[in-house]
Amino acid sequence: MAIQYLAANRFGLGRRWDDPAIDDPGAWLTRQLAAYDPAPAAIAGLAGRAAIAAAYIDYREERQAMRQEAAAMTDEEKAMDPELRRLSRSEIRRHYVEAARARLSHAVATPTPFPERLTYFWANHFAVSADKQTVIGFVGNYENQAIRPHIMGKFADLLIAAVRHPAMLLYLDQAQSFGPASPVAARRQRRQGKKDLGLNENLAREILELHTLGVRTGYTQTDVTSFAKALTGLTVAGLGRGAGQRLMPADASPGETLFVGPLHEPGAQTILGKRYDQPGARQAEAVLRDLAVHPATATHIATKLARHFAGDTPPPALVERLAADFRKTGGDLPSLYRTLIASPEAWQAAPALFKSPWDWTVSMMRGLKLPPLGERQNIPALFTQLGQPVWRPGSPAGYDDRVATWAGSAALMQRVELASRIAGRIGDRADARTLAPLLLADALDADTREAIARADSPGQGLAMLFASPAFLRR
Amino acid sequence: MMISRRTALAAGLGTFAAGTLPGLAFAAAPTDRRLLFVIQRGAADGLAIAAPTGDPAFAAARGALADEAPTGAKLDGMFTLHPALTGAAGLFAAREAHVAHAVATAYRDRSHFDGQNMLEGGGTRPYGRDDGWLNRLLTLLPASERDALAIAPAVPLALRGALPVGTYAPSRLPQADGDLIARLSALYAKDELLHPLWDSAIKTQELAGDIGGNNGRNGAELGTLAASLMAPADGARVMMVETGGWDTHSGQRGRLAAQLRGLDQLVGAVKTGLGTEWANTLVIVATEFGRTVAVNGTGGTDHGTGSAALLFGGALAAGGKVSADWPGLGAGALLDGRDLKPTRSLEAVIADAVAHHYGIDPARAKKALYPEVLA
Repeated sequence: MAIQYLAANRFGLGRRWDDPAIDDPGAWLTRQLAAYDPAPAAIAGLAGRAAIAAAYIDYREERQAMRQEAAAMTDEEKAMDPELRRLSRSEIRRHYVEAARARLSHAVATPTPFPERLTYFWANHFAVSADKQTVIGFVGNYENQAIRPHIMGKFADLLIAAVRHPAMLLYLDQAQSFGPASPVAARRQRRQGKKDLGLNENLAREILELHTLGVRTGYTQTDVTSFAKALTGLTVAGLGRGAGQRLMPADASPGETLFVGPLHEPGAQTILGKRYDQPGARQAEAVLRDLAVHPATATHIATKLARHFAGDTPPPALVERLAADFRKTGGDLPSLYRTLIASPEAWQAAPALFKSPWDWTVSMMRGLKLPPLGERQNIPALFTQLGQPVWRPGSPAGYDDRVATWAGSAALMQRVELASRIAGRIGDRADARTLAPLLLADALDADTREAIARADSPGQGLAMLFASPAFLRR
Repeated sequence: MMISRRTALAAGLGTFAAGTLPGLAFAAAPTDRRLLFVIQRGAADGLAIAAPTGDPAFAAARGALADEAPTGAKLDGMFTLHPALTGAAGLFAAREAHVAHAVATAYRDRSHFDGQNMLEGGGTRPYGRDDGWLNRLLTLLPASERDALAIAPAVPLALRGALPVGTYAPSRLPQADGDLIARLSALYAKDELLHPLWDSAIKTQELAGDIGGNNGRNGAELGTLAASLMAPADGARVMMVETGGWDTHSGQRGRLAAQLRGLDQLVGAVKTGLGTEWANTLVIVATEFGRTVAVNGTGGTDHGTGSAALLFGGALAAGGKVSADWPGLGAGALLDGRDLKPTRSLEAVIADAVAHHYGIDPARAKKALYPEVLA
């Protein structure tokens, strides 16, 4: 059993060129749970929410101004419009690109790759996608401020942090939702004769379906609507659209999550047969805390975690062991991780899992002493080309976590081409013959060893190593 | 594709550092001379490039691979050029090509990694030097002739050293070369997941990465690019390009013909692109070691020792000639009973060619380029 390889690759991000050998894989992983730093230096310098929000507000204002000028524009000027729009978007994009770059440098350097992988797992579980202009700037901040600080705590706190982050509120339209019987709705009807319900169920539905209980676990449309009503009032200062924005307190800082009372649906809500009559923001929080420890949630999380570390069809015994742990501890995440580490099912060589493009690229970079990418490398473009746009899974369900998601023929060719390019840059300044036993450890097979030894140049040997079956997998 | 050094700079596609060190005096006067080093990575088969068809042992020793050798251009009573090298045959007839046969570096083992390291570094043992002979050559040239450039993503060892050099890599993402793809096919052969994925990927991939691909036109493209970077008055004067795909362990006949067509077109495109400057240009084509005399069980040849180097240019010392102290291919003549025995130092061939090209005293060139090997 290739336990050193599995520890470094299935649970980690690949061995770094200067890492000592992993003598006790279980202890190595457990140590990382304690050594985990939720605010590593590489991400500490990134822009905060206020700066990100300001970039979006500038963009929105510029677009508004352009729209107003558009009437007076000649056709020629109108044709330039997309270019101007690109320029005004660039500031939003800069936050995204810088966060992606910081994420990559941290991944390459981190001494705690297992928690880093758990960060990615949870960020993908509570997925936001950089598809909307309002969200693009915030996706990095979301992972760093909503996910990272909570992956070593209780699932409930992680859930609440994810749900309350502006990226999630904007991505799943919560920021513009308000209660149909809320003071705001009443005033709109009175002043404008509008009788819009104002309720957006998107976030409530995805919390039930994706984040907690799981699809088809018995909740009804009425539960979704009631939960959506309980969530009303949660919005983002300065960025949301709709009725709530004028009700923001004057001192609200754009980009911060707020609870705005007049948006909130008054009264008690009944969800999954339980009555919630807490006032204001406490109502939704009480629902979230109950959902977080629901037995269906335990099974849902256990299944996803088991699939991530033990394969597409996770062994039922592993799922049940993790679910039981979750139920017993009330969703204590480190306890869940320890149970996972101690589970033999996660340490089976077969079925092998396939590294995501991100994990694969990071593991190449960790293995090389020299920087394999140019300083001007466009990081988001690289991962888009490899088939995994950074923080842009395109759906609130996140990237599907199965071998077939990443093991495609075009994707494989893209990897070989990148491996080949990196090998070209490094050339003979790394020796694949000595790197292979280091990076693949006890999973280095005779075919791969021989293929590398027979390569027609040091560069080709390096490309063969990175494209080898064991290196592509985890 | 015309890319001047300036456009390469302006587009920010590569780094280009002109080598000018003030305050040093040089005996040589400024000239228009240009040097191109084409490295053949993977051990090119010298016995196929210039076949010793006049050696009575050749046909028997080479078996099936000897069959088509006589159809190429006859160079002299002993050697026949590979039939794919039609352009080179024309250059040979015009005294613009020279073959140095039965040559090898000081390296006597059979590892590509180590062999290339010694071919480029020019030392007496693998990884014994961290600078290369091309960079050491720059120190002998007047400042105005030191602009050196490699068409490569990173500076190859031959050009690394004390003096600054540049690299230029075409912005288009290079596709993985055909040889790497073939090797990965072998590596994935037993893999149930990767094997079908890879087969399908290859079918949709238009191979265009190596010089042999695209019926040799890839070689022509590389040659045109190299010439466009060398032709301008302020262009690169010393240049290196890398070629791969020479490691013909199987199916050598077709693969090597494609490789040599590519090389032939590369050299032809350099001559065309340089125009009148061809008269001031030396092209050196060399590989890390040769291949076995005997054909293996898969229609290929394995790692050997002695090989052939090619020189091209408008002002060669011995254009239109093959130079060799031929050891013969008969029983007992082979090195370790398997390889063409090297009878001349490849380092000396290179140093002499460079010395003649730049009008440098050969002893001085040898001392600077190969201080350990030729001292």
